[in-house]
Amino acid sequence: MQLQAEAKHVDHSEFVSFTVASQAFCLKITQIREIRRWQPVTVLPHAPADVLGVMNLRGAVIPIYDLSARFGLEQTDASERNVVIVVSVHDKPVGLLAESVSEIISIDPDDIQETPQVDSRNTMDFIQGIISQNDEMVRIINLDAVISSPEQVAQ
Amino acid sequence: MTGSIMDTFFEECEELLEAMDAGLAAIEEGDQDAETVNAVFRAVHSIKGGAGAFGLDELVAFAHNFETVFDDVRSNKLELDEKLIQLLFRASDHLSDLVTCARDGGQVDSAHHDVLIKALAEYIDEDEEELVFEPMGVGAAFEPAALPLLDAVEEEVTYDIRFHPLKEMYATGNEPYFLFQALSDLGELSVSLDENELPGFDAMEDGENYLSWELSLTTLKPRSSIEAVFEFVEGLCELSITTDGDAEAEVDALAALNAAFGVGSAEEENVVDVPLDQPAPEPVEAPALAEVETVEVPEVKSDQAAENTPVAKKDAAKAKSAGPKPTLRVELDRVDKLINAVGELIINHSMLAQQIANLDASDTRDVETELEGFKTLARDIQEGVMAIRAQPVKPLFQRMARIVREASAATGKSAKLVTVGEATEVDKTVIERLADPLTHILRNAVDHGIETPEDRAATGKDKAGEIHLTAAHRSGSVCIEVKDDGAGLNRKKIRQIAIDKGLIPENAELNDNEIDNLLFLPGFSTASEISNLSGRGVGMDVVKNAVTKLGGRVNIASTPGRGSTFSIILPLTLAVMDGMVVSVAGHTMVVPITAIVETMRGNDDMINNLGADGTLLSIRGSFVPICDVASSLGLRGDTTNEPAGVYLLVETENGDRCALAVDDIHDQRQVVIKSLDGVCGNVPGVSAATILGDGKIAMILDPESIVTASSSAAVFDTDRRMSNAIAS
Repeated sequence: MQLQAEAKHVDHSEFVSFTVASQAFCLKITQIREIRRWQPVTVLPHAPADVLGVMNLRGAVIPIYDLSARFGLEQTDASERNVVIVVSVHDKPVGLLAESVSEIISIDPDDIQETPQVDSRNTMDFIQGIISQNDEMVRIINLDAVISSPEQVAQ
Repeated sequence: MTGSIMDTFFEECEELLEAMDAGLAAIEEGDQDAETVNAVFRAVHSIKGGAGAFGLDELVAFAHNFETVFDDVRSNKLELDEKLIQLLFRASDHLSDLVTCARDGGQVDSAHHDVLIKALAEYIDEDEEELVFEPMGVGAAFEPAALPLLDAVEEEVTYDIRFHPLKEMYATGNEPYFLFQALSDLGELSVSLDENELPGFDAMEDGENYLSWELSLTTLKPRSSIEAVFEFVEGLCELSITTDGDAEAEVDALAALNAAFGVGSAEEENVVDVPLDQPAPEPVEAPALAEVETVEVPEVKSDQAAENTPVAKKDAAKAKSAGPKPTLRVELDRVDKLINAVGELIINHSMLAQQIANLDASDTRDVETELEGFKTLARDIQEGVMAIRAQPVKPLFQRMARIVREASAATGKSAKLVTVGEATEVDKTVIERLADPLTHILRNAVDHGIETPEDRAATGKDKAGEIHLTAAHRSGSVCIEVKDDGAGLNRKKIRQIAIDKGLIPENAELNDNEIDNLLFLPGFSTASEISNLSGRGVGMDVVKNAVTKLGGRVNIASTPGRGSTFSIILPLTLAVMDGMVVSVAGHTMVVPITAIVETMRGNDDMINNLGADGTLLSIRGSFVPICDVASSLGLRGDTTNEPAGVYLLVETENGDRCALAVDDIHDQRQVVIKSLDGVCGNVPGVSAATILGDGKIAMILDPESIVTASSSAAVFDTDRRMSNAIAS
């Protein structure tokens, strides 16, 4: 919905597509701060399975989430080939572990399709819409839903 | 620059209130010389002046009364006796309440307000002119004030006002137009410009003022209303106000005015002779509050030089209260950024050191020498930056004096606060967050600790209780102690209450120390009935939580009949601490040095099993429970007897000892604390994180919570279970 509203002002938005557990996802390029190679993180005791730990980003301590586990898919066995996409959610930097980054795609907002109803409720919340790119389905991530605000986490 | 002028005003108010409190405390101590009294007077006066500009009528009204009494003290009309000093203290407390209300919104206790105003009014000389108070200055200029309380008590008088602004007045942004507008609100005003002094165009000097005005005002209002209008330009203009009344009155009034504007002698009698027969008016609600008003002498003669501009005046007042040290006001954000950068610098240093150590160079000695210099410099910078954040605890202690006053007034007990070590410097954040716990402890000390005067007399103590509030640096930490000379903790009662509230089983066997620590359990409050003072359903656990959050701990010591001592031990700074770098199940972690009593390498002989899974470490004949850090943090699934090589003996705040089992000790170093707030929720067993020399993040362990989590003692588990329940 939000994307459609913005469409009136911008014709094409650029998205970065990447794979998580062999599925294609994308995020708006403006949401991404940087992309880093995976490095071992510091484990947080008693953390949920989708929180991999914390990482040092130039002096700041940022939490790293495993997107795959977050989406209810199998847990990623992180290696050097994987990437951490650093995004800014609720004004805080957060790292998201993805398999690999694919490309930058330009999307006409009119091409974004509503997420069809499927059974997996968890995934549904996290997906804002889908687009077809080279006959492949790319899912647009709703970042605010994926990462709840720190206040909510604290509770 | 961020923040509005109003913020600046409130910031200044803080300083002024501190100066006022300091002055009053000095007066109470017997230092009643003119300078001290003046300092307090100036503080109150400046608050009033600023408040007037913002139309904070209630505040202005009260400050005015306060100031009036003080003015009489200053001119030796009032004797500063014990009773008056107590009243002044209460008034100063109320004034600071009013400031807080004005800043944060909210309402002051209006009954209390009225009582104080009446009490103050009793001290104000009956002969002095009583009249309606009115918002003054700029506020009045924009907002014609209705004065319903003064119906035709007075005849109309025509005042001739001659007003010649000095050029300084324009420099401070005052505008004659608004003054005239304010005057015209008082009555019928005619204005004529006097341009006789205007020189020829060539002789005119830039910035000089040559104009003056002749005004004629016919009004019902007394002279002081007119003076009030000019209050903000006092010292910045030549002003004469004359009536067509009798000549003698004129002379008196002129003298009074001159005194008021700092032109004449400060010794001048400062009473305006317009006696009004109106009864002391009932205080209604502000701003239509009826008030008493006298002409005040704003500054003594010696300050005239500083009087020229309001800025200079303010600075003078500040300099007097805070000593001659020049200060710089800096936004906290900037300091914090600097602190972060310095933290990075230190991390960067250890990274460099590590890289150099890894180098395959034949001779790195020179580099290492330089690196050592770099380290020293980095530490110096760090200490310097930390010192910026450090502030003396004095303002905090001054506030506490008020808490004790109020608490003793409310309980009918007599207690005196003695403060020691006010100059001790502590991190700003620590000071801010200490206010609540200290307030609580002090209220408790008065409410529960100090006995009634009769009881005290019966036990041969001085009727007035004494509470010592001490701050001191003690080996890398700050110790703040509250010590009362009251009855001490009633352990029997505490135990019974804990049983009644289901906090401990009835048959629990507790030693004195453990009983004392029951006070810190959530939901524990010894007041059988919830009193207004302490015991609002929250207990000392609030104190403990607040202190723990600051990385400190609280201890209680109590001797029956002799009093109790609460000590709060805090780290010097919240940003850096000394830690021991250990490894736990392959993870590098940091344990705060302050928590560690000793470290030892264990062998099988020292480990004794107790029951199914309890293990004890024997240390020189005594047995201490072992707590495996890895399993407590969930990092090692099974609690096999895998020999964790090294034991860190830690002492919890209730004096229990526990041996934390870790795999190895690597290093002892200063680490920069990185808060995990906002990164993830509350992590049990971990207090914060830090960045090590290799750029990796290490968790800083919280030994206290690790021990409590694994401790089987039922009593101390309660609080843990609760926080776990909240966390999950």
